[in-house]
Amino acid sequence: MPYKKVEQKFSGKINVCELGVGDAAISIGGENSLPFLGTEGFKTAVGIAISDTTDEWADCFGTIYGDDLKNPAALAKAAVEKSGADFLLIKLESADPNGADASVANCVATAVAVEAAINVPLVVEGCKNAEKDAKLLEEVAKALEGKNVVLFSAVEDNYKTIGAAGGMAYGQKVAAESSVDINLAKQLNILLTQLGVKSKDIIMDVGSAAVGYGFEYVASTMDRIRLAGLGQNDESLQMPIMTNISGEAWGVKEAVSTIEDAPEWGDQEARGIGMEVSTAAACVVGGSNAIVVRHPESAKTIKALVAGLVG
Amino acid sequence: MAVKGLDIFKLTPKSNCKECGFPTCMAFSMKAATGGVPIEKCPYISEESKELLSEATAPPMKTIKVGSGETEKALGGETVLFRHEKTLVNKNLFAVELSDAMSDADVDAACAKLEKVKYERISEPMFVEVVAVRFAADKDKFVALVKKVADCGKIPMIVTVDAEVAKAAVAVAGAKAIIMGATKDNAAAMVEVAKAADAVLGVSADSIEALHDLVEEIEKLGYKNLVLNVGEASIKEAYANAVDIRTAAIKGNDRTFGYPSVVFTNKLAPGNINLQIALASAFVLRYGSIIVMDEVDFNAALPLFGLRQNIFTDPQKPMRVEPKVYEFNKPTGKDPVLVTVDFALSYFVVAGEIERSKVPAYLAIPDAGGYSVLTAWAAGKFGSSVIANFIKEADVASITTSRKLILPGKVAVLQGDLAELLPEWEVIVGPNEAMQLPKFLRDMQA
Ligand code: B12
Ligand code: SF4
Repeated sequence: MPYKKVEQKFSGKINVCELGVGDAAISIGGENSLPFLGTEGFKTAVGIAISDTTDEWADCFGTIYGDDLKNPAALAKAAVEKSGADFLLIKLESADPNGADASVANCVATAVAVEAAINVPLVVEGCKNAEKDAKLLEEVAKALEGKNVVLFSAVEDNYKTIGAAGGMAYGQKVAAESSVDINLAKQLNILLTQLGVKSKDIIMDVGSAAVGYGFEYVASTMDRIRLAGLGQNDESLQMPIMTNISGEAWGVKEAVSTIEDAPEWGDQEARGIGMEVSTAAACVVGGSNAIVVRHPESAKTIKALVAGLVG
Repeated sequence: MAVKGLDIFKLTPKSNCKECGFPTCMAFSMKAATGGVPIEKCPYISEESKELLSEATAPPMKTIKVGSGETEKALGGETVLFRHEKTLVNKNLFAVELSDAMSDADVDAACAKLEKVKYERISEPMFVEVVAVRFAADKDKFVALVKKVADCGKIPMIVTVDAEVAKAAVAVAGAKAIIMGATKDNAAAMVEVAKAADAVLGVSADSIEALHDLVEEIEKLGYKNLVLNVGEASIKEAYANAVDIRTAAIKGNDRTFGYPSVVFTNKLAPGNINLQIALASAFVLRYGSIIVMDEVDFNAALPLFGLRQNIFTDPQKPMRVEPKVYEFNKPTGKDPVLVTVDFALSYFVVAGEIERSKVPAYLAIPDAGGYSVLTAWAAGKFGSSVIANFIKEADVASITTSRKLILPGKVAVLQGDLAELLPEWEVIVGPNEAMQLPKFLRDMQA
């Protein structure tokens, strides 16, 4: 018998979400197939991550960025240039009350300066303290009104503020963070839409882990979310997924150990990139519509992967 | 395809002779339909019917054994497309590629690397299992290289379309080596070579349709010990083929495609090791059975073996270790106590670092539901009372005279509560990451 393709026809479709404005705008999502199996050639966007706190970044980043590492706007510009990324993510880590506890005003100024320095869409990540992020991302939304940035991310404890400011008052995009759990993801999407945020303005941040560190949960969560959105046409799970794997990948021993710590493992930069491209690639085939990495080489590699997969 | 008890019943003589050990033919048939007893147990079902039935009751994807003895591995045998449906059973293998065109020095360096990149992760040995040897020009050198690969405990994959070369190589390759392999131009000759050597035959074709035709042809020649090349022309095609082949087998019950796959990432991304790592990762998730790369150094091994270990675990039960007090570096009853959770991965990471520190210590592990530190904490299974109760119940105070109790940095918030619950202990917040433990423990000792 000649080969007959088993078509996986889905009734659902992932929302299209536009990031940024003008010439710099990109759109993510829109597929009605599992990743890279449809004919419409949808493309995963690749983002480059920077932070306002880079003290603990591996030495290789000092070599790549030099003094720019301490200046977010300059760093943003260099990062986009060196990586060719489709968008940039700045993490406002200094806001962390358990860390530098920088003021909201200072952090907002950083975000504004970074936005002005680049010509690609911007994602602003908070410090992961729910209370502080509520204020911080609200002010970021206000200061960058009209720029269509992504507020990364709202959680159960602050979605009202971030959703109201981001998605509604200032017309930004809101990422909804759930920790590797399909039910949490669904619930938060529903809460945000009930609040009045349009589903096309919501992006899912379903969580991540470095490969080898509980990644099986990430993989299965993404599979299930995609199958529910596409196969069961579950509208509360049809938002595109954005995943920032940079902190996880560069946070585990395999990437953090210097050559002195682990001489047998060889070059630290190569290991960090290895952890990063592996984690990112696994997320990309799992369903991330936008993936964020730290090393310019990782960004180039994942762009090449996506280009290859789209064909 | 599910076979019903009734279908089997129709094939029995309905004589209820009980030779199968069942009271009636019907009882036997019902059991056989669930796979609970092999059809062969009834001597009265004709050979022909048995064959039909065993085809129909066989899993959609064959399990193919490669290698022999110590190196033997099983591939395929999967029944689902996604790991949340059912545990994936046979993990993929990784391969590197060598060739007779390489200088002796390069071959030696590659072999040394294979020896070097070998380690344990959560009690699982990690190493590259397969070595592909690609034929370039020199038959004698090629055969010697295949022998070398087999001798150093790797499963050889003989990459050539020349049946004569394959025949010579497979003779020195050990049982169940892989011949890569068959094309539309050499199928009959290759099948003969593979059959004679009991080797696994790899099948390659220009398109998925042609691959299907070729597999049918080879099956007609009487060989079903196969692996399928997903294609080397483009990333797009290789990925779509890997998914489509597996989907046809699992969802479409297309037995012709019910075989494990081979992916040559080194052909899809020549010379670009980072892209090969990315591709290999994608194929660990999406149906690569043997994944070939230019080389596997630690920058590739650490992520890829870790990813594979994650993906091929049982989604129903997290890997756990027994809650108890563990000893490291020969403690002598006066050494500090560290606390962590019973999630195997957390235990493995922490244990490795305590060992590396060479500082004698105890590691107390309460029942934390088998979750990571933060997950267990967020789930209420690793709070101050859980830890305090364990320290008391396990009578840790009588194991050591030290009263230093070191918490994972990620649950620093527990310090105050714990200090109240365990007044005789000095509750110390450790570093966030286990890798900082050696320095931390040595500093504390000083
Ligand atoms: C996989 C995962 C899960 C899996 C569980 C897997 C498992 N067996 O634990 C599942 C999906 C079940 C899960 C569930 C939940 N999760 Co969860 N999960 C994760 C994830 C992605 C990875 C965890 C992991 O495996 N880490 C690897 C291990 C090795 O890390 P570790 O145990 O912490 O060990 C490290 C250090 O702590 C240190 N260390 C360990 N022991 C010791 C000891 C000493 C003395 C020292 C010094 C150091 C040390 O060494 C290790 C390496 O450096 C994390 C996010 C992330 N990327 O980390 C979220 C995360 C832990 N989960 C979270 C949450 C909220 C939950 C849920 C409550 C909500 C939900 N998602 O449903 C539930 C709780 C469970 C329940 N049933 O109620 C949050 C916790 C938030 C917080 N800060 O409190 C996290 C951080 C995600 C997030 N960003 O929100 N989760
Ligand atoms: S051996 Fe065969 S014929 Fe006899 S009882 Fe069993 S099924 Fe029936």
